[in-house]
Amino acid sequence: MRRKTLSMLLAVSMVVALSGCAGGNSSTSGSSASNVSASSSSVADASSASSASAEDQSGADTASADVLTHEEYMAADLDSEVTIETYVQAKQSWWEDEGQGKATVYGQSEDGAYFMYDMACSQEDYEKLVPGTKIQVTGYKSEWSGEVEIMDGTFEIVDGDEFIATPLDVTEMLGTDELIDHQNELVQFKGLTVEPANPDSGDTSTAFLYNYDGSGSEGDDLYFNASYNGQTYTFVIESYLCDSSTEVYSAVKNLQVGQTIDMEGFLYWYEGVNPHITSVTVVG
Amino acid sequence: MKKIRKTLAVLSAALLCLPVLSGCHGRQEQAAFTVPEEFDASKEYEITFWAKNDTNKTQTEIYRQAIDDFQALYPNITVNLRLYTDYGDIYNDVITNIATNTTPNVCITYPDHIATYLTGDNVVVPLDDLMADDQYGLGADGLLFDAPTESQIVPQFLEECQLGDHYYALPFMRSTEACYINKTYVEELGYTLPDTLTWDFIWEVSEAAVRKNADGTYVLNGGDVMIPFIYKSTDNMMIQMLRQQNAGYSTDSGEVQIFNDTTDEILKTVAEHTASGAFSTFKISGYPANFLNAGQCVFAVDSTAGATWMGSEAPLVDIAEESITDFEIEVMPVPQYDPEHPQMISQGPSLCIFNKQDPQEVLASWLFAQYLLSNKVQIAYSGTEGYVPVTLSAQESDEYQDYLSRAGEDNDTYYDVKIKAAEILLEHADDTFVTPVFNGSASLRNAAGQLIEDVVKSVRRKQTVDDAYLETLYSDVSALYHLDENSALSGQRTDLGPLPTTAKLLLGGLAGVWILILLYLAVSKLSGRKKE
Repeated sequence: MRRKTLSMLLAVSMVVALSGCAGGNSSTSGSSASNVSASSSSVADASSASSASAEDQSGADTASADVLTHEEYMAADLDSEVTIETYVQAKQSWWEDEGQGKATVYGQSEDGAYFMYDMACSQEDYEKLVPGTKIQVTGYKSEWSGEVEIMDGTFEIVDGDEFIATPLDVTEMLGTDELIDHQNELVQFKGLTVEPANPDSGDTSTAFLYNYDGSGSEGDDLYFNASYNGQTYTFVIESYLCDSSTEVYSAVKNLQVGQTIDMEGFLYWYEGVNPHITSVTVVG
Repeated sequence: MKKIRKTLAVLSAALLCLPVLSGCHGRQEQAAFTVPEEFDASKEYEITFWAKNDTNKTQTEIYRQAIDDFQALYPNITVNLRLYTDYGDIYNDVITNIATNTTPNVCITYPDHIATYLTGDNVVVPLDDLMADDQYGLGADGLLFDAPTESQIVPQFLEECQLGDHYYALPFMRSTEACYINKTYVEELGYTLPDTLTWDFIWEVSEAAVRKNADGTYVLNGGDVMIPFIYKSTDNMMIQMLRQQNAGYSTDSGEVQIFNDTTDEILKTVAEHTASGAFSTFKISGYPANFLNAGQCVFAVDSTAGATWMGSEAPLVDIAEESITDFEIEVMPVPQYDPEHPQMISQGPSLCIFNKQDPQEVLASWLFAQYLLSNKVQIAYSGTEGYVPVTLSAQESDEYQDYLSRAGEDNDTYYDVKIKAAEILLEHADDTFVTPVFNGSASLRNAAGQLIEDVVKSVRRKQTVDDAYLETLYSDVSALYHLDENSALSGQRTDLGPLPTTAKLLLGGLAGVWILILLYLAVSKLSGRKKE
């Protein structure tokens, strides 16, 4: 009996000690996490240094912000602080930089579209950014290789209505200056003909390449060409936006030169138009 | 269009996984590797090679050809190639796979990354014994191909692969940074390029290049866009500026020294020239090559391994043909503070080998890694960009010397900008340096670049960069990159703050249990005595 009691006490002691080990780890993690949150700001993007959840922030800030229309946003100076409201259309990526989550998101309202690059966002909040969700974003208007975007942004989810953009048919705008007016919008291209992906090589049958020159492999971006009215344009399946598990990724891998296709996607810009395609349908 | 901006800093995210590598709940540990006496050619081995290319198909073809050639020599070894275009992605994936014992066999890497991998036990194979092995070591008789001996590897490149007392990698390719210059513009502005580029010269010419016409266009190009000086890797920029002025960055043991008066001066200079529009960075504006080729930049600093993108006749371009301007390009070493004693960073991919349960599999990996140092691979791969072979045997070979001598014969294999870029490193191998490698050195490198990026952003956003700003910046960057935690590496005491409540409760509970035990024993003893 005495041995049992002693054993029991020792066992209790050991259990407490072991759980203490785990508890210690948790404490360390928790402490570390709050350090990260507290330190994630930097003077360059002080306004983006939020560690609170998007829900925590909704309310007073939302009401007090000076929200720009899309026209006002486009007229704003580069590097100026802007606040806009928009509706999530697609999420391109989420990653963690030194403990701070960052999300890249396409947004569109009825009056125009936005691209939010590396917006401060926890993984938990990222899951809430389903298409249609209304968000208020504050950040800095920037331009990177022709792409006008909001950089170093923070956001709040705004309760209320939802909006899913109807893709705008820009087929006839291909090759015109008018196209840039629809930068970042959800668009569609209709009746294009699949062309060889690497015509300079003499290969007339390959319809897509991994990376722009074929230097990639499964999982990398897919590049393909399609023509309209005798002009050939390049389209990309951005692997962060649509990875190799998506329908569109498979669809492009199955394309045949000469097929007629309809496409949908976002009108991204990189040294010229660089549509990020999200849907491809073979129509002929 | 191919150099699309991808996620820029996956590296740092992986550091959060460090506890997985070293913690008690981590992967199953492996035994330390010992070199087998004989390579068992009767068994089949399948190894994976995670390789990085510069979004360059020729490089991927060279990898594939090397694998084919190697498999012809060793038919019992199959090499599976996995391609990456970003060091950060490799690093991230390796970290993830260490936790599940699914690392590749051979992997392109940077020493900074290996320092992190080494926080797990026996994860990366130390190469000392393999290098010195009589049969399978560097250039040994038991190899089925001509490999370089240890003395034929450029000593400073090999030294870069030594962490502590052991070699954990082999150098694969080396590059440095170069300044690609629109010489036409420099001369139009009334300047002549000096023999050695200096920071003073670059800033002065850059300021001259931002003069505008009354209509707001730039005098130099008549256009709306002109960023005279663009730096691709601002971490390298800061590191080299500090080194050239003998200012602190870090000690070998990991003590962070970057927050100093010289850094203050550098950042204030960067702020001044950002305010005038004379300077920007890749992260903020875009690829230097695109601006240079469009006639919107005078000085573009990028890796010598990016040389094929630079110039009016560049074989690789990322902007519309009609946007490319015609200009004379000059390639020079990065700007210096002391022209008599130039200093520039050494960079480029290395190869590490991951440990496996079967030592024979590791030996097969070693054979393949060594094959990548053979002349055929070294010369072919270095010719794809402004890389330099890491072996003297390749550098001194007739084939390579012939390649160098034919600069300018065409705008492809013998593109003169690319060969000139490689020659910068060949001529300045003794002027190169690397930063100390320790667990956390990758974060410090990121922090170095972040300081410049933040200052540039702040100036563009009309914020004032002064002493108070810098104080806050240092504090923020130090916390963000956990630089304060690295002090433990240098033996300094770290203030961990007050104990959390859970820990206090735990300690209290433990004390209570032990008091109960002692009380029980005392009571038992007393009752025993009474019975006696």
